[in-house]
Parts: sequence; structure tokens; C-alpha cells
Amino acid sequence: MIRGGEMNEDAWLKIKWVKNVPNYLQLQSPHPPPAVGARRQSATYIPQAWGRPRDDVYGAYDPSYMQTNGPNQHTQSPIVTGTSVLGMKFKEGVVIAADNLASYGSLARFTDVKRLRTFAESSVVGFGGDVSDMQYLDRHLTELAIDEAYASSTTTNSAQPTLNARNLHKYLQKLLYRRRSKFDPLWNSLLVAGLDESGAPFLAAADLLGTAFSSPSLATGFGSMLAQPIMRRLVPDEASVASVTREQAVECVRECMKVLFYRDARSLDSYSLAIVTKDGVELHQNEKLENQSWAFADRIKGYGTQTV
Amino acid sequence: MTSIGTGYDLANSIFSPDGRNFQVEYAVKAVENGGTSVGIRCKDGVVLAVEKVITSKLLKPGANKRIATVDKNLGVVYSGMVPDGHHFVDRARDEARGWRETFKTPISTSDLASRMGGYLQAYTLYQSVRPFGITAIIGGFDSELETPVDGEVGSGPSVGAGGKVEGKHGGPGLYMIEPSGMYWGYYGAATGKGRQAAKAELEKLNLSENKLDLMQGIKEAARIIYVAQQDNKDKEFELEMSWISGADGPTKGRHMEVPKDLLEAAERLAKKAISEDDEEDEEDDDEKNDDKMEE
Repeated sequence: MIRGGEMNEDAWLKIKWVKNVPNYLQLQSPHPPPAVGARRQSATYIPQAWGRPRDDVYGAYDPSYMQTNGPNQHTQSPIVTGTSVLGMKFKEGVVIAADNLASYGSLARFTDVKRLRTFAESSVVGFGGDVSDMQYLDRHLTELAIDEAYASSTTTNSAQPTLNARNLHKYLQKLLYRRRSKFDPLWNSLLVAGLDESGAPFLAAADLLGTAFSSPSLATGFGSMLAQPIMRRLVPDEASVASVTREQAVECVRECMKVLFYRDARSLDSYSLAIVTKDGVELHQNEKLENQSWAFADRIKGYGTQTV
Repeated sequence: MTSIGTGYDLANSIFSPDGRNFQVEYAVKAVENGGTSVGIRCKDGVVLAVEKVITSKLLKPGANKRIATVDKNLGVVYSGMVPDGHHFVDRARDEARGWRETFKTPISTSDLASRMGGYLQAYTLYQSVRPFGITAIIGGFDSELETPVDGEVGSGPSVGAGGKVEGKHGGPGLYMIEPSGMYWGYYGAATGKGRQAAKAELEKLNLSENKLDLMQGIKEAARIIYVAQQDNKDKEFELEMSWISGADGPTKGRHMEVPKDLLEAAERLAKKAISEDDEEDEEDDDEKNDDKMEE
């Protein structure tokens, strides 16, 4: 806006202060008054200038110092991480497992981290990937589950949770996709285990890109290469789920956890295992791998300094 | 009401010369017309019950719940103006959510009572608002277990202080908040139309001895609602009850509706109890009552 002959407010302030400046104002300035006979070098009696570096001492203000280098950056890589999560459907429910390790790079940093979380007393989410993002999701989903319980208690008479595993998985997938679209992903790969709205076993995966898929057996991380083929022997397709018992499924997942501990350098022999059925969630958080046999180890070739 | 017409009852922010806030006292009157609410603090949990007056035959039985859950482990029931109660519950849920956001742990019964007491009190201070027309009963069970904070991973250091308080903690809590914002903790609380009769019955239970358990509590709460309703027999009502136990109790630390079979059993016993009372009191009234109960 051009204001022709008018004086703008700043100019008015300056003139008023310069013309009528009382002596005591100079005493309130943060800088000592100029020595007798010295030339006054800056207008420190202007209140706007108080507390700022003096131009005559430090030079004119250079705003380029306040600029950050380059654009804002979001997470570029996970920091503290959990490894594979395994899940498998059986006739009446789903079994899911993950070890209790949180690694910091290749350092086995935390050995009692529970990566299976129960929500709405009826679903279990297994978290692989960044542990702090897991904590964020845990709190977020806890709040979601409470809010959903409020909503269902006022609209329905039944105790059936509206937040079943299918809803939970869909929600997570949308959330992960939204975050990756903001270029600020939640660095996790998840398995969601539970029952769907009809009470049938439900198992599905979602990852940091928002990719989602479902299968009678699933594994994230290294498990997708090492454990998935073993689990597929038991449940090759959706039709075979009906013939798998709970014992078979649990046995198979435990066996896969052992294979992972043998072969995955970021894994641990202490793990959590949850079984979800219509009776609720059975969560064991301090399982130990039994009957390990490292007899094969001395036949492994091709690492380190060996020259065969 | 001698105060009417003196001008001191026109707004919240004006005291009468003898130190009363008439708007608050009128709010209490609104509460005194509402269906009776009862809360009983048992040794292993809390029972909440309300006499839900049926205002229309067109309302679906069992719908339009009057007892609300806050977080997972708290229940709220109230007598008075139902929309005010809904707002109270909304605010309580907000407080509980905010508490979790800050402290990563569920709000305790006493802390929620304190927050809501403060909220109601603020509605007695300003000309622009009116006090809440409800008296609310908050029941809860603070977990007695060593619970992790939300999102916690790992168990922390296995040696050293860790800031934990040793010894028993948690347990059942029951608070009643009045329109003035005043709240006390109670062994047994009653409000609404039948509060006098209900309080008399609650006193007979000797709740301070801490002997009554939840199963007995359900029966007593149902009976008390029926006793309190006696003076107001012409109105139809539904009994709504909820309960909260510890982690090893029937609700596993959550606030829940009392299951249908238990509720019906308690109602049968309650009807039986009051019809026996009637026999003792007045012989001629008796048959009429029984007919009504059979319906």
C-alpha cells in the first residue's frame, strides 16, 4: 500500500523518540551510556532495538545465519528396530509371534521389548521395524480402541467390539499410506491378527508404504524369506486353514522362530507368542526357544576370514 | 422459596446477602426430580445403578443407556437433566484422554472426580452460564497391578529405585459431584428423587466395614433402586446397572454392564424383597402390588 504524503507508524515512532527522549531512558538501555565526548553511534533509546546486538559493534544483522540448510527432512531410516513377526491362521483362530529384541543397528540393545500388542481385548498387532514408531502406534491405537468402545456402547446393546481385526488392519493401512504420502513414514511392517466381523480368523500385513495384503500365513522382515516357506508347507492356501489345529499352528510357528534365531543375526531366543480365538487373546511374553541344536554351525562356510 | 423476587437468584455471579448462590440451589432442585442413581463401593469393586424412568412407550427397551464408561475403568451415572449429564460424560472422557496424553496412564477415580469437580464449580461463577442440573456419581477401579505406561517397551532397570512406590495401591473408588462442584468420596452414594430412602438403605449395609462383595452389591443396588422407587410407583422404569472389579474379578478391571442374567436375578430378588416389606407394612395394598410385579 502506498501512503503518499502520510508518515508511516515506524517513522513517527522514531521521530517522537529522537526529539523528546528523556535522559532516564538512556539509563534503561542495556548498553552503557557513551563516554563523555564520544559520539553516540546508535539509537539505543529506541525500545525496539533494546536487547539486540549493536550494529556499530557487530555489524548489520545478517539474516542468512538463521537459515537452515536445505529443505525440512523427515525420518530417513529407522533407528531402534525389531525384526521379523510371524503369523499363521488355524481352524479357530490365529497364532502370532515376534522375538523380544530391539536392535540399535547391529547392537542387541534391548532384550525385553514386547512387540506384540493387544487392542480392544480382541486383536493383536505384531510390530516389526522402528520401535519408537511402534510406541506411537501403540498409544494411538489404545486411544482409538477406547473411543470406539464409547461409540459402540451408545449405539448397540451387544458387547461385540466394533474395532475387530479387519477394521484395525484397514485403519493401520490407511494411516501408514497417509504418512508415506507426506514423506514422513511410520517405519514399521505390521501383522494384524484376530477375528473378522463374522468371527472367522483374520490375518493381514501392512507396511511403511501402506501396502496391505492377507494370507493364511504371513511373515515380515527376514521371516518372509526364512519362515514363510516353512509355514506354507502347513497352510498352502485358504482352504487348508480349516484342517490345521491350534497345536499344529503353534508348533510350526515355534519351529520358525527357531529357524529365525539360527539364521537372523538381529534375532533373540526370547520371544512373545499370542493366540487369538473367539475366547479372547492368550498372550505369552516370555517364551524361550527350546531344544536348539547348533551342530550345523561349524559347517557354515563363506563368512568372515574363511577361505574355502 | 423466600428468595424469589429479591433479585439475588437471577444470575450465578451474584451472592445473596446471606451468602447463598440461588442458581446452584435451583440446580439441586432439578436433580431432585431425576430418577434415582445409586453407587456402592464394595470390597472388590464398585456397582452403579440407575432408575431409568420410561418417558414413552415408543422407546426401545434397553436402548438409550444412562450409565456411561469413561476410559476403560471408570463409570459415570447421574440424576437430573439428561443432556447436562451427556455433556458431563463428554467432558469426563476428554479429561481422561488428556490425562493419558500427558501421563501415558489411565486417570484415577480420585483425579477424575477432582477434574470434574473443578469443571462443575466453574459453572457457578459466571453470569453467562448456568450450573449443571445433575448430581453425578463416579465409580472406578484403579488398577492394583504394576501396569506399564502406554507404549512402554521393556521393563526398565531391574535394580535401583525406578521411582516406584512399594506396597498396596489401587482399588475401588466412588465419588459424588453436586451442581456446586462439591465432591466427596463415599462408601455408598445416592441421588435423585428417591435418595432419602436409598441413603437410609445404604446406611444399613455398613459399607465402611468393607465386607460387602460385588455379587451382594449388585443385589443390594437393585433392591435399593426398587425401594427408592416405592413412593413413585405409577411411573414405569427400567433398572440399569454396571460394575467394575479388579483385574482378577469378573470384569477384569473394566467398567461394564452387569450381565443380563445377573441383572434379571437381582431384579427378581429386589421385587421379592419389596413385596415382602409390603406384606409387613400394609396388608391391603399387597395384592395390587403383586399384580403389577407379575406383568
